[in-house]
Amino acid sequence: MAIKTEEMVLNMGPQHPSTHGVLRLELILEGEIIQKVTPHIGYLHRCFEKHCEAMTYPQIIPYTDRMDYLAAMYNEFGYVIGVEKLLGIQVPERVEYIRVIMGELQRIASHLVAIGTYGADIGAMTPFLFAFRDREVILNLFEITCGARMLYNYIWVGGLSHDLHPDFVRLTREFITYFRPKIVEMNELLTTNRIFIERTANVGILPLETAINFGITGPMLRGSGFKWDLRKDDTYSVYNRFDFNIPIGEGKVGTVGDCWDRYYVRILEMGESLRLIEQALDQLPEGNVTSAIPKRIKPPVGSVYTRVENPRGELGYFIISNGTTSPFRVKVRGPSFVNLGIMDVLCKNHMVADVIAILGSVDIVLGEVDR
Amino acid sequence: MIVYDFLYNIVFNITQSAVAGDITAMVISAALPLLFLVLPFAILAVWLERKVSAHMQDRLGPMRTGSHGWLQTIADVIKLLQKEDIVANDNDRPLFNLAPILVFSGSYLVFAALPFSSAYIGSNIDLGIIFIIAASGFVVAGILMAGWSSNNKYSLLGAMRSAAQIVSYEIPTILVILTIIMITGTTNLRTLSEMQTGYFWNWMIFGGAGLSLSKFLFIPFMIIGFVTLYISTLAEVNRTPFDIPEAESELVSGYHTEYSGMKFAMFFMAEYANMFAVSAIVSAIFFGGYQSPFGYLGNTLGLTWMVPIEQFLWFASKGIFFVLVQMWLRWTLPRLRVDQLMALCWKYLIPIAFVNLIIVGLITVL
Repeated sequence: MAIKTEEMVLNMGPQHPSTHGVLRLELILEGEIIQKVTPHIGYLHRCFEKHCEAMTYPQIIPYTDRMDYLAAMYNEFGYVIGVEKLLGIQVPERVEYIRVIMGELQRIASHLVAIGTYGADIGAMTPFLFAFRDREVILNLFEITCGARMLYNYIWVGGLSHDLHPDFVRLTREFITYFRPKIVEMNELLTTNRIFIERTANVGILPLETAINFGITGPMLRGSGFKWDLRKDDTYSVYNRFDFNIPIGEGKVGTVGDCWDRYYVRILEMGESLRLIEQALDQLPEGNVTSAIPKRIKPPVGSVYTRVENPRGELGYFIISNGTTSPFRVKVRGPSFVNLGIMDVLCKNHMVADVIAILGSVDIVLGEVDR
Repeated sequence: MIVYDFLYNIVFNITQSAVAGDITAMVISAALPLLFLVLPFAILAVWLERKVSAHMQDRLGPMRTGSHGWLQTIADVIKLLQKEDIVANDNDRPLFNLAPILVFSGSYLVFAALPFSSAYIGSNIDLGIIFIIAASGFVVAGILMAGWSSNNKYSLLGAMRSAAQIVSYEIPTILVILTIIMITGTTNLRTLSEMQTGYFWNWMIFGGAGLSLSKFLFIPFMIIGFVTLYISTLAEVNRTPFDIPEAESELVSGYHTEYSGMKFAMFFMAEYANMFAVSAIVSAIFFGGYQSPFGYLGNTLGLTWMVPIEQFLWFASKGIFFVLVQMWLRWTLPRLRVDQLMALCWKYLIPIAFVNLIIVGLITVL
């Protein structure tokens, strides 16, 4: 008589240390081998899009902060560009430069969380704390600028809420000189660690074809070897004035598009962001950051789709205006949400431990997945 | 064996019975490590781990309770004692209650056979090393019980991994220990330590006592043996990079996820006691046990009573040194995956240990 066997269903989350928030993954296991992964989302749903319809345009900005709370600056950035396009206003040069500086600092801070928590997922706690120590410096920079450390409400339609703190430029330069060696340290501690490579190389390989079919963007797409970065390919703000590279995954230790590649793209991007900040600080013009802020924001009837390169990928805002002070509809195309959709494909036939490695390399923020 | 004789004499004088004296002395002397070594060491090690990890990570660690937080573990133990002992309805109650006891006693039994100094060894049995290996095998049963009775999928996965891991890594451990048994011809840890007396070049890692040709031939194979043994003992006590059974980021806390209060503390203490136990075994086998690397202060001063105390301090510091290395590794390295862990054991450690065994055997015959 044959022994009756059945697959085991394992619920990972929503209270699990490494699902990066309140994500529930339903794993169908055959022993320790994954047969199927179903992400269940919605534990953090706050009706962001519906909410927008009842609020005026500037009131929405703090709400965009709360989507991708690790990259709040960039969420504001994308939204504000959209509204400015609707209004058809031009913002002062200084504002654009400060937005780029803040956006790139935010990118470093966000990647530091991604890298640090990824190390912790693989089992190395120390890189996690090192990453948070460095992120703290960036958060202090944000704090002297606008008083907030996570949810800033700093980038406004037509300008900024405050000008830079007098010490900001000096402190940011200090941060750049401080941070460069820390990337090397991180590489020595984690990136080139034999066990780390064993755990991440050739795990969760994402072929380019699949990535494009799933609409994957950001470091995940670049990790699969495609040079696609909206800062260059659909340039916005003043990004076309700077010289920077787009790092892509090369399969240095495994196959192109594995977890290690996705991780390493983030490490390289931090270096590129530092270069961008340096150039922006050098060229930073004088000016008034609040002069172009309109008194009344009431865009004409019409719609606009803007997209920016958020630390996690393409963040798009589709805004329809019906000529009143509130938008008729705001639709967000969130990179985390789209990137999360590929979990099942990536995890198939891997082990339970790899699910954690893969989820960490996707780098989701549940606030933005659920909105 | 001064402690044993002392106890024996007291009981013998009262009861005039050799059997009673023997049994009482043996039981008390074997139980002594629990109160005076296992518990204080566990408390010290938990605090050490927190401070070591904190300083490695640019943090301060516990600072509030006592100077530099040295009372923190005691406060934690008191907190755990007050906690409710939760047993869920679906838990298999007898097994669930038995598991922590088994795990703790398994790691504590090892202490009974450790040679702390020439004056004191919990139980001076001739099969010391074999006893230690057998006793640590107890732990597997306890972990499996904990995983099964918790009725939790994470616990079960953790327990299965743990059992596979500990059983696998016992093989290279035993193979390395066999090479030592082959050279020295003894399984008594006290005799083994006595053989490595004198200066540090008499330690087994340097080929043991004497000045024959085989001593120098042994050295490279002893170093290989030491590294193999150290790696496999790391895996046996579930420390990073082999802490797969309680991989926090995957399995929450593995087999002790469902435990609370003092039962959890027993698993916790067993882990730290085990850390010292395996370090002590490594130092007893390769690093001269309780022997000082260079003479004794007591002998120089003519105070022979000082020698056993010095020996105890040497043994403890060697053990704690290896514990610190374990902590250093834990806070530096990521974690292997379960199949990679098995591959490391079966594809690398066991063949290396086996070839090492054969070569050392050939040298011994020569």
